[in-house]
Amino acid sequence: MAQTLTETAGSLEAMTPVPYAVAAKRQDTYDTWTLELEPQNGAPIVPGPGQFNMLYAFGVGEVPISNAGHFETEERLVHTIRAVGAVTKALCAAEVGTVIGVRGPFGNTWPIEDAKGKDVVIVAGGIGLPPLRPAIYHVLKYREDYGRFVLLYGARTPSDLLFLDEVKSWQRDYDVDLDLTVDAGDTDWKGKVGLVTKLIPPAQFDADDARGFIVGPEIMMKFVAQELMNRDLPAKSIYVSMERTMRCGVGLCGHCQIGPTLVCRDGAVYTWDEVENLIAVKEL
Amino acid sequence: MKTLDAVIAESPIFAGLTQEQLEFVVGCAQNVHFEAGQKIAKAGDPADVFYLIRMGEVALDLDVPNKKPVRIDTTEAGQPLGFSWLIPPYEWKYDVTATELVRAVAFDGACLRGKCDADPVLGYALLTRFAQVLAGRLQATRFRLLDIYGTDTH
Amino acid sequence: MRAVLAPEALEAIVEVLRRRDWRVVAPTVRDKAIVYGEIASAAELPVGWKDVQAPGSYRLERRGDEARFGYAVGPQSWKRELLAPSVRLLQIERANGSFKVAKKAAETARTAFFGVRPCEVAAIKIQDRVLIGGPYADEDYLERRKNSFIIAVNCGEPAENCFCASMGTGPKAEDGYDLVLTEILDGSHRFLAEAGTDEGAELLAELPQQPAEEADTAAAEKVTDTARERMGITLDRSDVHELLLANLEHERYDDVAKRCLACTNCTLACPTCFCTTVDDANDLSGGAGERIREWDSCFTAQYSEMHGGGTRRSLQSRYRQWLIHKLATWNDQFDTQGCVGCGRCITWCPVGIDIREEVVAIRVTQEAKS
Repeated sequence: MAQTLTETAGSLEAMTPVPYAVAAKRQDTYDTWTLELEPQNGAPIVPGPGQFNMLYAFGVGEVPISNAGHFETEERLVHTIRAVGAVTKALCAAEVGTVIGVRGPFGNTWPIEDAKGKDVVIVAGGIGLPPLRPAIYHVLKYREDYGRFVLLYGARTPSDLLFLDEVKSWQRDYDVDLDLTVDAGDTDWKGKVGLVTKLIPPAQFDADDARGFIVGPEIMMKFVAQELMNRDLPAKSIYVSMERTMRCGVGLCGHCQIGPTLVCRDGAVYTWDEVENLIAVKEL
Repeated sequence: MKTLDAVIAESPIFAGLTQEQLEFVVGCAQNVHFEAGQKIAKAGDPADVFYLIRMGEVALDLDVPNKKPVRIDTTEAGQPLGFSWLIPPYEWKYDVTATELVRAVAFDGACLRGKCDADPVLGYALLTRFAQVLAGRLQATRFRLLDIYGTDTH
Repeated sequence: MRAVLAPEALEAIVEVLRRRDWRVVAPTVRDKAIVYGEIASAAELPVGWKDVQAPGSYRLERRGDEARFGYAVGPQSWKRELLAPSVRLLQIERANGSFKVAKKAAETARTAFFGVRPCEVAAIKIQDRVLIGGPYADEDYLERRKNSFIIAVNCGEPAENCFCASMGTGPKAEDGYDLVLTEILDGSHRFLAEAGTDEGAELLAELPQQPAEEADTAAAEKVTDTARERMGITLDRSDVHELLLANLEHERYDDVAKRCLACTNCTLACPTCFCTTVDDANDLSGGAGERIREWDSCFTAQYSEMHGGGTRRSLQSRYRQWLIHKLATWNDQFDTQGCVGCGRCITWCPVGIDIREEVVAIRVTQEAKS
């Protein structure tokens, strides 16, 4: 009886970190770096937009980090990492040539196919922009397949805005309705100041035929989703990317539960309809 | 271009007022515009006016001694700008600058206050509308206190 | 295939298995408890012992007979054999500016689990679903599971905290075993043995035996029927999923939080709790690292810790997480139930929190509302 388990068991390939070397590194803000990673052997994995990898810093530990999309070549994985804990600090300290471990890609993807022919409204808060970037790249690459493209981005201060030059080039080159805001600015800052939610009422999109993608701190996603619903965008058309503690990334360790769902396995992308009632419950 | 009456009647802050009330309000209003970079008000100036922004963006800056001024908020098209006309001592609290070409409707605060005093029904209607805007801004300000994008989210 | 075995035939089971290089792990008495350990002889079974259990209480007492399996369940479950408490998953060594990863050598020791209760068979099936039944599998668990042989023993002596009848997992095992025994103590001490697999039948064929008569089958049936009646239904699972999810902010969680010590005993004793954490470490020279996987518990603060905070900071939320997972959200996640009614979480809770009582407390207010 026990022998038949072998045939029905799932994949065993997901648990071993594969060595990737840091091929390029860029400091984005005072606490955030972007690493480009090349596999030491063979071809790199090709994550779908919205998927994450487990990144391993030698001897320190492993953390889930979203794929941030490709700059130029698909031969590299790109991860934007904020140095907040022991592992992320070690990853951000990795120099070019340092080898780190990669497991993945895990989790589901943004519904970029379903969004075809529709307006796309992307709302990012702080470090929430990188997980959205693969979806953004996709929409830019197939720009004519999509309707209006609204990109709203809020951060703490102007110097916390990630990839600002690149973001502005999207606006210039791809007909993106870009709007930026910061929580606090200075007199050199020519954009808006205030909550990211203030960008939503003036945004131009057809709520009957649009998809919203949101990434940011959970409370920000909550307020943004509410504001999008105030604009008559249905909860089923709003997608968010959830974050919880993860150890395995593949549904075996139990850590990332939110009630009936496992974020690593069933997410990290959910419709607002799926998670609204769950995250409304304190400490669920 | 819309008439002043139509602009005011359709703005959220005055929407729903009776025709008679609107006529009072319009009587205190005039179109204005500011060039990009132009100062609209300075902290401490008498606040005898408030604006309804029709186009463009306005920055509210707070001077911090020995530091760069902090841009604490911006007010965008469709929003009212300025509450100090309503509350003693009727002085602007921030430096107000047009960051781009701004078209707005300016309201004579003293004129409106007088009308509100004489007509409490209009006064109450206006005050509840301004209170709504204020409550929204207070909420947004409190929310920013959370510093949600900061590293320490305890 | 079905036969009657004399008590002495249990020795033959151990002998045959050991001769075929199976490590035989079975219940045995140690430290005043019935635990699972490797045995070399059937004499090491808990002959003539029973366990007396109550919320927060467990003790062994002498029976008036020589029953081999005259107890309910001990503190341990077979989880410790299949989902080992601590496993070194990986060894990682620096080499030429890169690193080499060596996976843990596959576990090849063949282990026979002798004396698996029906609730534990159900728990193993549940862990199979969770750990190897999805798109990704736990390799260490799979290897151990492949190399396991299950001799189930139906239950005739449920303890006060047992509620397998409520959960539909016992006291009689329906499948999931290689061989199943029912101990009959109606004057003539004997076992009804039934094979569940070809391997089980092979083992059975080698044992000294008598043919099973209708009277033997009926006597065995009576053993489990009596056990079922003794337990009764103490947890109504028909609507418990809806009940718990409709009452996520129930005040009962404040009450339980005053009692719960967050000691994690319930999750460690639970035969289905599968949460693990990994610990990465390196040696002092920084040249070699290893990854250890260990049991974790949703009752700790670290369990849900994220940079700059954590999801479940209050005890209320941690108990709720455990309760709704066991009885509700597990079904959503894995399409199986998460509780088998073994009662360990009740017995081994130092303050005697009773999962059944907590459900009743929530149900009472729900009924009052409707």
